Amino acid sequence: MFSEESVFRIDHYLGKETVQNILALRFANQMFEPVWNAHYVDHVQITMAEDIGLGGRAGYYDGIGAARDVIQNHLLQLLAFTAMEEPVSFAASELHAEKIKVLSATRPAEPFDETTARGQYASGWQGGEKVVGLLEEKGFAADSTTETYAAITLEVDTRRWAGVPFYLRTGKRLGRRVTEIAVVFKRAPHLPFDKTMTEELGQNALVIRVQPDEGITMRFGSKVPGSEMEVRDVNMDFSYGQAFTVSSPEAYERLILDVILGVPSLFPVDEEVELSWKILDPVLEHWAANGRPEPYESGTWGPQSADEMLRRTGREWRRP
Amino acid sequence: MRIQLRNTSANAISRKLVELRRSSGMVTQGRVLTFIVCAGDARGLDAAITAATEASKEHPCRVIVVGRGRQDGPSRLDAEIRVAGEAGASEALILALHGELGEHQESVVVPFLLPDTPVVAWWPNQAPAVPAEDPVGRLAVRRITDVTNSDDPRADLATRLSGYRPGDTDLAWARITYWRALLVSALDQPPYEPVLSARVSGLRTEPAVDLIAGWLASRLDCPVERSVGELRVELRTASQTIALERPQEGRVATLERTHKPDSLISLARRNSAECLAEELRRLDPDKVYEAALSALPKVDYV
Repeated sequence: MFSEESVFRIDHYLGKETVQNILALRFANQMFEPVWNAHYVDHVQITMAEDIGLGGRAGYYDGIGAARDVIQNHLLQLLAFTAMEEPVSFAASELHAEKIKVLSATRPAEPFDETTARGQYASGWQGGEKVVGLLEEKGFAADSTTETYAAITLEVDTRRWAGVPFYLRTGKRLGRRVTEIAVVFKRAPHLPFDKTMTEELGQNALVIRVQPDEGITMRFGSKVPGSEMEVRDVNMDFSYGQAFTVSSPEAYERLILDVILGVPSLFPVDEEVELSWKILDPVLEHWAANGRPEPYESGTWGPQSADEMLRRTGREWRRP
Repeated sequence: MRIQLRNTSANAISRKLVELRRSSGMVTQGRVLTFIVCAGDARGLDAAITAATEASKEHPCRVIVVGRGRQDGPSRLDAEIRVAGEAGASEALILALHGELGEHQESVVVPFLLPDTPVVAWWPNQAPAVPAEDPVGRLAVRRITDVTNSDDPRADLATRLSGYRPGDTDLAWARITYWRALLVSALDQPPYEPVLSARVSGLRTEPAVDLIAGWLASRLDCPVERSVGELRVELRTASQTIALERPQEGRVATLERTHKPDSLISLARRNSAECLAEELRRLDPDKVYEAALSALPKVDYV
């Protein structure tokens, strides 16, 4: 009915200032690109957490679940922006070409029992309010297997990212509302300090805060003032609200303007959508065939199995 | 600046914090830790807030004070945000939990934990039996109790021992840091003789004295006695007696050594803010405190 050029698939995440800033951060600067690869990066965590529940959205959500609702579109697009190679220009076709390349090199890590996790919020106290579990929400069946929390492990099989897991997670009724991309770096190969001096030193990280409180945080070790040599993690912070006092346009404003102007850079093309489903489908099939989501208390950071999923590889979810 | 939010939610408070940051740049993320004060009921609430903000001058942090409001009646959350001025180098969130919500403190704390940074919890009054298993304590890497303010300090010190997990410490322990340093430096001089006996005395209700005794018992291979009386620590070796004593409410201590003149040392009781600031300097488990606590059963109470 419509040709591909006249279809604009809206993924409102791509209209967000912070998401477009990933391109500026990576490709307009010299200092980040040299370390943006498997030599220096240990793993990447992409999180979209919501504190709201699903009351009143059963018709849309039941049987769909968090992975289809958020990972397939928003999180995989964020992954594409984070992991793609430099486009030769910012023309829409070039951007699409790079995103397609990186998505076609992405696949879920197996075995799925160990590399994925899913959950369903149970009743609990969240942010000072008593809330019901999904199974008690109006419109959901008492035996619904719809997941409200999903976490998956992806591998990007390129020279740049070989061996770097990308952990994607999303959920409802989590600790707080936050979306962020955390690039976590490897530890220094040699620490010329006593063990006690660096006991409180974590891994360096660069965190792109997509929302709320848009900005970028860099985390690294610093000497604690005093006579002893003791190294502790500190933050360096860039905040949109402080650096630019004009308010950024709403994501939808920006996207609708692009539609009117006929600029398709920020809209996924059908091949990206196809590839995204190809990445996610094996996980969804595995989930459909095996068991049911693990309940987690509302207001916490998700099910136990998600923590174990990372602990298996000696890593931990950041507290975003 | 104080901003009051009545009958509110964690979500509304978060929005207010982001708005404050955007409009005035006051609430920044350059904090090294999140410091939770589990104030319990209103008793000593102001003193606890003052101590926490005082300590935050050395360790810029977000202070979250969780207090219980009315126990009967409906669940309700009242909040006060304090920034700049009196909040010192921190931002303070004071949360009053009414009704059933009071049983679920962690639910209002979780949304305000700063990303990544360590969490430290402090119980200025009555502490749970096992702080590490308390819903709020579970969030923290360091848990600070204060047996001095509990209803029965001596009994609670025993609870601290049975409920100890790595990462626990007590402010009574920080109160004796200088005492320990002075005793060590007095002993660390020729003729380096072994200590044959140690006697510690002080008020019955002063658990710091018990901890000195426990610490001596853990470090010295000799009998250690704890009695009720004047504030005094006495170590005997074959040829000399070393004693450190101070009037109960005094500020100047006397160090007595056989064949040496007495020395006077400024050694006032340390206030909570000073002790907290010291506790926050290190966030790894305090193994010496653990040893002192574990050696308490070796102390002879006379």
